[in-house]
Amino acid sequence: MLNNRKERWHMPKPKVAFYWCASCGGCEETVVDLAEDILGVVEKVDIVFWPVAMDFKYADVRAMPDKSITASFVNGAIRSSEQEEMARLLRQKSQFLIAYGSCACTGGIPGLANQFSRKQILDFVYQGSPSTVNESGTRPQTKFQDNGRQVYLPEFRNMVRALDQVVEVDYYVPGCPPTPNITKEAVGALLAGRLPPKGSVLAPDIALCDECPRKDSKPTNVSFKEFVRPHQKILDPSLCFLAQGVVCMGPSTRKGCTAQCPSGNMPCTGCFGPTSRVKDQGAKILSSLCANVEPKDEASIDKVLEGIPDPIGTFYRYGLAKSLLRRKVNLPAS
Amino acid sequence: MNEQAKNVWNQAQAMANAAYRARRRNVTIDPITRLEGHGKIDIFLNEQGGVERAYFQVPELRGFEVFSIGRPAEDMPQITSRICGVCPTAHHMASAKCLDSLYGVQPPPAGRKIRELVYSAFMFEDHALHVYVLGGPDFIVGPEAPAAERNIFGVIGKVGVDVGKKVIGMRRRLRELIAYFGGKVVHPVMCLPGGVSKGLDPADLPKFKQLAADGLEFAQFTLQVFKDIVLKNPEYVKLITSEAYTHKTYYMGLVDENNKVNFYDGQLRVVDPNGKEFAKFPVEKYRDYVAEHVEPWSYMKFPYLKPLGWRGFEEGPDSSIYAVAPLARLNASDGFTTPLAQKAFEEYFATLGGKPVHHTLATHYARVVEMIYAAERMVELLNDPEITSKEIRTIPTKTPSVGIGVVEAPRGTLFHHYETDERGIIKMANLIVATVNNSARIAMSVERAAKGLIKNGEISEGLLNKVEMAFRAYDPCLGCATHSLPGHMPLVANIYNHRGELQRRLEQH
Repeated sequence: MLNNRKERWHMPKPKVAFYWCASCGGCEETVVDLAEDILGVVEKVDIVFWPVAMDFKYADVRAMPDKSITASFVNGAIRSSEQEEMARLLRQKSQFLIAYGSCACTGGIPGLANQFSRKQILDFVYQGSPSTVNESGTRPQTKFQDNGRQVYLPEFRNMVRALDQVVEVDYYVPGCPPTPNITKEAVGALLAGRLPPKGSVLAPDIALCDECPRKDSKPTNVSFKEFVRPHQKILDPSLCFLAQGVVCMGPSTRKGCTAQCPSGNMPCTGCFGPTSRVKDQGAKILSSLCANVEPKDEASIDKVLEGIPDPIGTFYRYGLAKSLLRRKVNLPAS
Repeated sequence: MNEQAKNVWNQAQAMANAAYRARRRNVTIDPITRLEGHGKIDIFLNEQGGVERAYFQVPELRGFEVFSIGRPAEDMPQITSRICGVCPTAHHMASAKCLDSLYGVQPPPAGRKIRELVYSAFMFEDHALHVYVLGGPDFIVGPEAPAAERNIFGVIGKVGVDVGKKVIGMRRRLRELIAYFGGKVVHPVMCLPGGVSKGLDPADLPKFKQLAADGLEFAQFTLQVFKDIVLKNPEYVKLITSEAYTHKTYYMGLVDENNKVNFYDGQLRVVDPNGKEFAKFPVEKYRDYVAEHVEPWSYMKFPYLKPLGWRGFEEGPDSSIYAVAPLARLNASDGFTTPLAQKAFEEYFATLGGKPVHHTLATHYARVVEMIYAAERMVELLNDPEITSKEIRTIPTKTPSVGIGVVEAPRGTLFHHYETDERGIIKMANLIVATVNNSARIAMSVERAAKGLIKNGEISEGLLNKVEMAFRAYDPCLGCATHSLPGHMPLVANIYNHRGELQRRLEQH
């Protein structure tokens, strides 16, 4: 094994692995969409593990020497023991472990499940849902005996975690999903050995407003008399959403996506996460919005805040698991 | 040894063996705990080495319905799209229709047409992906070809590199259209109750008209490829119509007032295994017709026709199981509204011996017929002068309470059902995703393939290929229940002998 980082980077073909945990497959789609562009890059690397697209077995990864994979890209949040185990294994075998996409970076939308217990989920899905008929109260069993035949299912944990809440992560590629461009940049930087400090997010460290085509109409001195939910008014296709009284996560979100949602005439929902100067994305936008609420008496403030009926889902849509809040406190432990 | 001692000896031996067997049956096979995100099959053999039972299991659950509680309804099209990054547009659109129903609001004509345009482009793109990249190679390259060749590269080898470029180019342009309206192609943001956020600039119309025209030509070309390579080969036709891939079940699909296939809107129609109409109902009544059964050995539920009750994994006249997706949509309808798709529909049933078609593998053919409809619909919509109107949204004014929205996703009927308080905050969300409707039929197909291939304890090397072919026909989007790309479904099969001992383990990632 070569221990000098520089020498390693000069080895002819760095080994790259992809893996997914609790995710939707959208990150994989981005990698597939990249296929045409990335052919040049693919020629320069050996893909040693990509279960979704290529035939490799877990045993092959186990058999590799430690640190023999140059970079592993892991998407998805961590919900089960199996995902935790794979995260540990890839950490052990890789020089660089990269959290790819919102779920791996900060828990993502599945992380919103941290407001509920596992029991609430199982009870609704298998009993309470209006189309379920289950008089015997059957639940999926991790071990089930059917006529002497033993059938197994994995168990899912009570809590959703981001990748770095389970193992050490070297770099982060944000987005739900990350864009092909930002992925190409990140892979390029790694392969060329242009390495930023460990723990960096591989995306520009400036707020989204900077690249938003509506930037010029952003009010310098906002003052909110009310917040309007997007379905309640016709949205102006060129005016800053905040100037329209619609909550936009842009000011507390990292740029790099080329403002895709605003170009679809909908506000940013924050999937690229915060810039490096912000500890908690939700707290940041909350403080800046609330500081600019015009009324100062409690009843009038409440009235204004009626326009934001779900602060968790609005401010922490992709980042609850990794935020200062993490999860609802009074949930049962298992 | 005297007779009595011999008997005692034999009895003792039998008891010891039984105890040993019982213990062996309970052995935990370690890798099973590492199956998150995989389809998993456990096959149990009888003493003769034949298949006694095969379990098709989905080992994951994320709980979207529960963590939707407390969210503003208008966020649901973007939240539920995260169920699946492969078919986010289907969830986005079903959710949008659910919001229309919740607020009792109709999009203006342009708003509705833009939704249907984007949806047609999505259906086309997704079907094309399946035909050329995921499932189609089984036929275009051949079911007996080595696995290393049964992929897009094998397809290009067979039909030419120009076609390969055409496929990639067409898919890219269709995805650009989705991104034009949706902001993003994976997880679009365009839909709101009562319409869409962004209209079509007349300056961009010629570009999209050209795309639709090229798309229609491409869809017709695809049908010709399918006819030349698959239908002209008697071996393939024999395979498609073989008993191993045939199940006589009910079929469901969305139809318009003339019982013509519609992906975006209409009533649900169900036909019985003889092709006779069993029910036709507005989507709001789905709970009277559809119910979900729970088995202790899978996280995926098993929907069935509620009026008939759960009758187990049965087919034929005693079945209460229905199928969805292209095969079912064609069976449950009387045709298409567009001329070329209608012609292809008639040819399809003439070729396969009339309605209904019960052959799972015919789904590939049905999918190509649907590609033609999607392309023709794009042409129609883009030639409609209303499509560039600026009137794309109706602001909802009614107090929300209950909404139910249904679309036909590439993989079948997709149900979204929300209940909210008077502010439009979700109190209850119920989702039946497309692939789940097919879960019982998929489980039956797995068992049928296993039973057909495993005899006298001999396990054919081709087992997984053949089982996977049955899967691929459904294009099971377990991304909706797990997270794998359809058609590339990683699969693990464990085969146990009659003593419950693990005999073989086959993996395909």
